[in-house]
Amino acid sequence: MTGYAYERAATPEQAVRRARQPGAAFVAGGTNLLDLIKVGVERPALLIDIGRLPLAGIEPAPDGGVVIGALARNSDVARHPLVRERYPLLSQALLAGASAQLRNMATMGGNLLQRTRCYYFYDPAFERCNKRAPGSGCAALDGINRIHAILGASEHCIAVNPSDMNVALAALRATIRIAGMDGERRIPVSDLHRLPGERPQQDTTLAPGELITAIELPPQGYAAHSCYLKVRERASYAFALVSVAAGLELRDGKVRSAALALGGVAHKPWQAEAAERALAGRGLDEAAIDEAAEAAVRGASPYAHNAYKIPLAQRAVARALRRAGGME
Amino acid sequence: MFVSDPASRAGPVPRLARPVVLQVNGRRHELTLEPSVTLLDALRDGLGLTGTKKGCDRGQCGACTVLADGRRINACLTLAVMQEGVAITTVEGLGTPQAMHPMQAAFVRHDAFQCGYCTPGQVCSAVGFLAEWRRDAGAEREPGAVPGHAEIRESMSGNLCRCGAYVNIVAAIAEVAAGGHE
Repeated sequence: MTGYAYERAATPEQAVRRARQPGAAFVAGGTNLLDLIKVGVERPALLIDIGRLPLAGIEPAPDGGVVIGALARNSDVARHPLVRERYPLLSQALLAGASAQLRNMATMGGNLLQRTRCYYFYDPAFERCNKRAPGSGCAALDGINRIHAILGASEHCIAVNPSDMNVALAALRATIRIAGMDGERRIPVSDLHRLPGERPQQDTTLAPGELITAIELPPQGYAAHSCYLKVRERASYAFALVSVAAGLELRDGKVRSAALALGGVAHKPWQAEAAERALAGRGLDEAAIDEAAEAAVRGASPYAHNAYKIPLAQRAVARALRRAGGME
Repeated sequence: MFVSDPASRAGPVPRLARPVVLQVNGRRHELTLEPSVTLLDALRDGLGLTGTKKGCDRGQCGACTVLADGRRINACLTLAVMQEGVAITTVEGLGTPQAMHPMQAAFVRHDAFQCGYCTPGQVCSAVGFLAEWRRDAGAEREPGAVPGHAEIRESMSGNLCRCGAYVNIVAAIAEVAAGGHE
């Protein structure tokens, strides 16, 4: 880890202005960026420390939602009474991620921008990685690809987004606030992360220098009926093979609306809209659940080592829905 | 000096070195550090506080766990310069061989280690865990409730012990949590 300059931003405007120079990177918690610098994947010339900017608040919004500052720590958000009460799905997802130490350091904005844990991306000893070295190829395609994507991948990249939090935000239809040179813009979280296509080096739609300032949660939090289910290879402190964020709005024994997103299956948190539609207006019975689970992985295409993810994702969706609906 | 990557040891970049003021175990320290120096390397190489251990240096093992304003963090994944103005507590600040912190004493009583390399991180993490648990006013609990073994194991999953002393580590933390020897 060598040879970069460091400065502390005094205001968000200053941070955005300074970040326009080549080689500049924002740092807040540092848990992903410093790791990537150490392994030689990221090589910034300048770190702009945004960690002390006043963007860590967690406030109720006039519309009945909640606004979470981008610099709020993952652990603080997970335990905040407003989040616990209105968005237990987000609280569960945050607590399913990383370790207690990392959750104390990592910020919400940083978690949104977490980079993939594809081992071919994370280790420069592998020559081929279109995300790390555009045009070099993808070593995962013909390598060990058991942790890789089953949905939305391209011939250039089959990496998956590693975040638990992002899956809950996708299900909850969060909005991301972004500051840039031309002021502020707001986009649905589904428009923040990209599918790899021909430019897997670009994880998100952020322009250079843009700064995530807050996450807006809508009033509907599915607090009464939600479940974050994470399937992993050990009980704690491991990335998801597959995860599911499920929320149900139930009335008179029928699903009024459903929110469903999957993690560990694609380059971005996967909003399972066909599955949501399959549930709407129906009683939550096994037939509806099976149909939703099938719809959630429709179009999935596996590689040599990850075909197991398709039935795993279906069963995880079914279990998450049953738990959200109080059936198990 | 004070670099974490052997490859860069040959050619430090002196123009980037800057004064860094750290608050560690109640004392103020003025250092001159490259921005890229981690808190872990500043503690060990800069201040000689070698109680905090370097295991993986990647945030995966927890051997470098210290308390920052009372919250446990991985000292290997933060820069020293990022921690200016933050009160850092290392294992040296928790207790001494003559006057051990209750958590240290419980680790000794329960034989909660074998080689001991992960122990400073385990102890700091355990102290941080109990502080978090007691501060967690939002949780619905019976009066006098104490964290169960499953909760302790989950919350301590960021601290690995290659000797496998987990059962005794959990027992030590549970005892302090119950107030047995505090």
